[in-house]
Amino acid sequence: MTYAYYPGCSLHSTGLEYGLSTRSVFSYLGMGLAELPDWNCCGASSAHALNHKMALALPARNLAIAQGISKDLVIPCAACFNRMKSTDHALRTDLKLRAEIESLVGFTYTGQVTVRPLLDVLYTDYSPEKIRQQVKNSLKGLRVVTYYGCLLVRPPQVTQFDDPDDPQVMAELMSALGAHVMKWSHATDCCGAGLSLSRSDVVQKLVSRLVDRAREASAEVLVTACPLCQVNLEMRQIPEIKMPAFYFTELLGLALGLPEAPTWWRKHLVDPRPILRTAGLAE
Amino acid sequence: MEINLAAEVGRISKQQVDLCYHCHKCTSGCPIVDAMEYGPDLVLKMVSLNQQEEIFRSRDIWLCAGCYTCATRCPNEIDIAAVMDALRQLAVAERYPAGVPDALLFHRLFLGVVKRLGRSHEAAMLGLFKMLAQVPITNDLVAGARLFMRGKVPLLPKRTRAAPEVRRIFNEVNR
Repeated sequence: MTYAYYPGCSLHSTGLEYGLSTRSVFSYLGMGLAELPDWNCCGASSAHALNHKMALALPARNLAIAQGISKDLVIPCAACFNRMKSTDHALRTDLKLRAEIESLVGFTYTGQVTVRPLLDVLYTDYSPEKIRQQVKNSLKGLRVVTYYGCLLVRPPQVTQFDDPDDPQVMAELMSALGAHVMKWSHATDCCGAGLSLSRSDVVQKLVSRLVDRAREASAEVLVTACPLCQVNLEMRQIPEIKMPAFYFTELLGLALGLPEAPTWWRKHLVDPRPILRTAGLAE
Repeated sequence: MEINLAAEVGRISKQQVDLCYHCHKCTSGCPIVDAMEYGPDLVLKMVSLNQQEEIFRSRDIWLCAGCYTCATRCPNEIDIAAVMDALRQLAVAERYPAGVPDALLFHRLFLGVVKRLGRSHEAAMLGLFKMLAQVPITNDLVAGARLFMRGKVPLLPKRTRAAPEVRRIFNEVNR
C-alpha cells in the first residue's frame, strides 16, 4: 500500500528528525510514501489569522495534487493535518465555498481523498499488535508521557481522530514498544504554538508547566507528534534539568532496531542520549 | 467606518456570537487568558455590544493561539477560535494597529515568504523578524545558532514549481 505523503515545511527544517524517522519506519514496515510533487505550505496559523480564503486555497492546492496519487493522504505534522482536514471539511460541507476555491485553485474536488494523521495510519492500518511483534529493542526501561498538543484532536468534529480529552492512540503504540506510559492529564494542553517568537514568555510558561507535570507523573521524556510542539518543548522549557521530547516515530525506529536511529538524537536541542543510556537504549 | 461587528464576524466565520450564554467554559479553559485583557467570553460579549474600538485594539485577538480548547468545550458550539480569526482580519481591514504588533508582523512575514517561495523558509523569516520586531534582537540568538548547527535552518530555500502557482493564487485572492 502506498500513501500520498505531505511532509510540510517543518519536516525539512526544525522537525528534520520527524521526517527522517517517518521515512525510515515506513520503509522498514513496507509501507510506501509517495511525496506530493511540488507541494506548497499549508498556510499554518498565519493564513487563517489574516485571510480566510488563503487559508482554504493553500491546502486545497495540495488536496488537488493528492487526488491524483492515492485515496489516503498521510500527514505527520499536527498543524498541517489540521489545516488540510479543515479545508477538506469546508469543501465537503459548503458547496458555494467549494465552487469558489475550485475556480481559484483550478481543480475539481472529488472528495475521495481521506486526510489522515500519521499516528492514525500506523495505529489503524498497521496496528500496535503487529508492531509489538516487530520490536527488537524493548523500551521497557523508559518512562514516557504522550503529548498530542491541540491540532490533532481539536476541534473534534473536524479532526475526527482519537479522544480530544483523553487520547489513547499514541499511548497504545508506545506500550506496544514496551515503554512505560505514565498517566497524566495534560496530553492535549496547548504549548503556545505560534506565539513562540512574538511572545516567548507565554510559551515558556506553558511548556515549563507541561515539563513540570510530566516530571510529577514520573516521566523521563515526552513523546510528541507535532514539530511545533517538539521545538517549543525543547527550546522554551525553563527548568534547569531539561526533559527531551521525542517524536513517536523516533521511538518506533529505536524499538524496531533501525541502525540510523542514533543519528536522530544529535538533531535534538535537548540531548536525549543520557536518558537513553540509563535505560540501556544507547551506547 | 461603522460596521455591525456581530454581522461581520458571522459573515467571515459563520459563527453566531449571540448564542453565547456566558458559562465561562471558554475562558476557564483558555491557556493564554492570563496574558489577555478580556478573555474569550468577554470578547464575545463585546462583539454583541459592537465595542469595535476596544476589541480591535486589544491584545486578545492577537494572543489567541488557535488551540480550539474553547471551540471544543462551548456548549453552544461556537467556534470561538474562528471568531478570533475573523476579528483579526477585520481589525487589519479597518487599519487598527495590532495589540501585539510582533504577532501581526510574524503572520505577514510568514505569508510574504510563502507567497514568494510557495513554502515557508525559516532562515529568511527569522532574519526578517529579528530585524523588524520589537523583541530584542539578541533574543534566541543562541537557540537559533543551535538549530543552525543541527542543520535545521537551511540558508537557501528549495526551489519548486509550487512557487509561481502559489503566487498566482495570492494575487487572485488579493485582487
